[in-house]
Amino acid sequence: MSGPSDFQPSNPALKWIERRLPIFGLVHSSFVAYPTPRNLNYWWTFGAILSMMLALQILTGVILAMHYTPHADLAFKSVELIVRDVNYGWLLRNMHACGASMFFFAVYIHMFRGLYYGSYKEPREVLWILGVIIYLLMMATGFMGYVLPWGQMSFWGATVITNLFSAVPYFGESIVTLLWGGYSVGNPTLNRFFSLHYLLPFVIAGVVVLHIWALHVAGQNNPAGVEAKTEKDTVPFTPYATIKDAFGVSCFLIFFAWFIFYMPNYLGDADNYIPANPGVTPAHIVPEWYYLPFYAILRSIPNKLAGVACMFGAIIVLAFLPWLDNARTRSSKYRPLAKQFFWIFVVVCILLGYLGSQPPEGIYVIAGRILTVCYFAYFLIVLPLLARIETPRPVPNSIADDVLAKSKGRAATAASVMFALAVAGGLFAGSTQNAKAEEGGDAPPAQSWSFSGPFGKYDRGSLQRGLKVYKEVCSACHGLNYIAFRNLADAGGPGYSEAQAAALAAEYKIKDGPNDQGEMFERPGRPADYFPAPFPNEQAARVANGGAAPPDLSLITKARSYKRGFPQFVFDFFTQYQEQGPDYVDAVLQGFEDKAPAGVTIPEGSYYNKYFPGHAIKMPKPLSDGQVTFDDGSPATVKQYAHDVTTFLMWAAEPRMEERKRIGMQVFFFLVIFAILMYFTKRKVWANAH
Amino acid sequence: MTTASSADHPTRRDFLFVATGAAAVVGAAATVWPLVAQMNPDAATIAAGAPIQVDLTPIAEGQDIKVFWRGKPIYISHRTKKQIQEAQSVPLSSLPDPQPDSARVKAGHDQWLVVIGICTHLGCIPIAHEGNYDGFFCPCHGSQYDSSGRIRQGPAPANLPVPPYAFLSDTKIQIG
Repeated sequence: MSGPSDFQPSNPALKWIERRLPIFGLVHSSFVAYPTPRNLNYWWTFGAILSMMLALQILTGVILAMHYTPHADLAFKSVELIVRDVNYGWLLRNMHACGASMFFFAVYIHMFRGLYYGSYKEPREVLWILGVIIYLLMMATGFMGYVLPWGQMSFWGATVITNLFSAVPYFGESIVTLLWGGYSVGNPTLNRFFSLHYLLPFVIAGVVVLHIWALHVAGQNNPAGVEAKTEKDTVPFTPYATIKDAFGVSCFLIFFAWFIFYMPNYLGDADNYIPANPGVTPAHIVPEWYYLPFYAILRSIPNKLAGVACMFGAIIVLAFLPWLDNARTRSSKYRPLAKQFFWIFVVVCILLGYLGSQPPEGIYVIAGRILTVCYFAYFLIVLPLLARIETPRPVPNSIADDVLAKSKGRAATAASVMFALAVAGGLFAGSTQNAKAEEGGDAPPAQSWSFSGPFGKYDRGSLQRGLKVYKEVCSACHGLNYIAFRNLADAGGPGYSEAQAAALAAEYKIKDGPNDQGEMFERPGRPADYFPAPFPNEQAARVANGGAAPPDLSLITKARSYKRGFPQFVFDFFTQYQEQGPDYVDAVLQGFEDKAPAGVTIPEGSYYNKYFPGHAIKMPKPLSDGQVTFDDGSPATVKQYAHDVTTFLMWAAEPRMEERKRIGMQVFFFLVIFAILMYFTKRKVWANAH
Repeated sequence: MTTASSADHPTRRDFLFVATGAAAVVGAAATVWPLVAQMNPDAATIAAGAPIQVDLTPIAEGQDIKVFWRGKPIYISHRTKKQIQEAQSVPLSSLPDPQPDSARVKAGHDQWLVVIGICTHLGCIPIAHEGNYDGFFCPCHGSQYDSSGRIRQGPAPANLPVPPYAFLSDTKIQIG
């Protein structure tokens, strides 16, 4: 475990280096010969998964930084261009953004595992505290990374979180100004966040080294919670732990790939596809899911300073865990009461997370307060008390005894796996039922889109008709800032040739210049130009539309969403439902009614729309039957127009979707085969150990 | 702890290990591909490299202009009779990179020299109308090019490259 290595390289070159820098010996003693308890279960694999995720986040992050521009005017566009134009940019961005979620998912399992098996207890207190420090650094890094795309949630999230520090007595306002580097969140804030977001992962990596160092001094804890005594209790790290971790990692990658390739926006907020606007706050400012429990605690306390203190306290309290719980028995496996309270605590955390996503009103506030009390009570009352009153069951004499006892308990494990699969299957089956039940109300009905599902493709005919509707109707008020004429000839698009795209571009007048005389001039569009906006600037757009600037449509199907709610979003995970945006846009286009129904009054200058939030929309009904004629004989109805133009806008929002799904299928196919191979290899290797 | 397979009898276990290892290698290679490919020019950059058109009417005899195409400076020289004469009369055997003047301009448009203004030595930008040969002089390391853009003296190994271009009319060219 520690002390001088007995590693003796035979290669003379390695010998030469080893005498001067014993790095091979270090690697050998830490990752090859290092004795691992032989009874570790798969909850222990999350340590390896976290190492991989940190490496992956740093790697993809360094690459994304090569294409990203940290400037308030350019950041949003640069992220969009990464996704649209950079080779595999969409993949790298999804890997990094979903990777952050996966990183937190893994770290929570890692932490709960530590909690359940008492991994924080003597002699692993420093190891645990280093872990809490890593977690805090991760939270800071994740938050600052979320700000970088400079969308609406980024901007307002940054405003809200930095304002937390205004709760500090006397110095609060000065601290906030210091964090912003200005009068409000702005370009200096974005710049320093980018710098720090790039720096902190390396700090995390440094603390991770200390974390692993401390782990290797104390030795790994294990499900039995007894220390390894004899050689029979342990196996060498390589190949046993290495191969087991590799199998765990490959299974985790399947889960990760599900998000990357099929539901990249499932965990994000649609508002972040709207460029940052310091003049409008989103209806609800919600952090990413992994901060929700702490956000719920913050909002539960009806006092600014106390709320902030409780939120930070909820994390800091973890650092004191080794002294709050001084029960002799380490693993909750042998602590009947602690086990029950542990699961109650898990449920409390999940419920706090749910409350964090809900508006802070009515029953949610009360529930939030009760659960906040429960959260702290677990650490401050339950654990110290349990250590005094609980009678633990006898622990096994050694790890080897535990392994022997476990081979009898296989049936129970199999039963619980079957149960989990049955629940998952039930959820899956239930989702189709539930989607149908939605159709009655004012929530936009789910449409059938050719592009949904893992094999979804855009309907070329629909894209071409949708472009026609956009050109003849929508483009009078809306632009498509992120779509270039050349994109019309891209693979996976409307299927035009390059010549057709160039001809279409030439129909447009593009403002260019200045020329040699220093004057602006107009010229015919070229394939490299972007669809021009109908108004020269936002102010002009406002004036022409009664005060409401029509949004750019490039991202509209990603920037719009409606609430799916619990349990719908659970089913959505299994059905890969990603079409709230298109469903919403399509519904709004069809939801206009000439007169507001009796009892509903809408403000002057707005129009009644069944599906628009609040039912009052500034845009008059844009489509009516017979407005646009299609060459291919498709019906000239509002329903058809809405469907086609929404398909086109979905393509405009994600021109690389077909590529994403195609590569996703290949990756899945590979990962499943690889995981199966890994499983059998692992079994063969471990067969030697029993 | 010891494996049961023997060297001359490959077992099913060996097959499994080799298959798993091979799959890992394939997976790693496939993962590296996008990580490297992202460094290539993106679609917007490639689109911005489309051909450009240049109007030659404002360029008087003896004058030259510099335009940019794909981030590179392109010299368009309206050569004088004297320059053309000099360029055509040089014996090819005296050139480090022998090329007749006729191969460097378009037939019937002798007066127009279009070259990429990047020194073939180490990439500096030569200055027009300087040096001993009525052509270009690179201030970095002293390479001298003649009125046909051919290397005459100095460390540069080759003539200034001629970009792909065509005359759309007598007064208009398209570069690219």
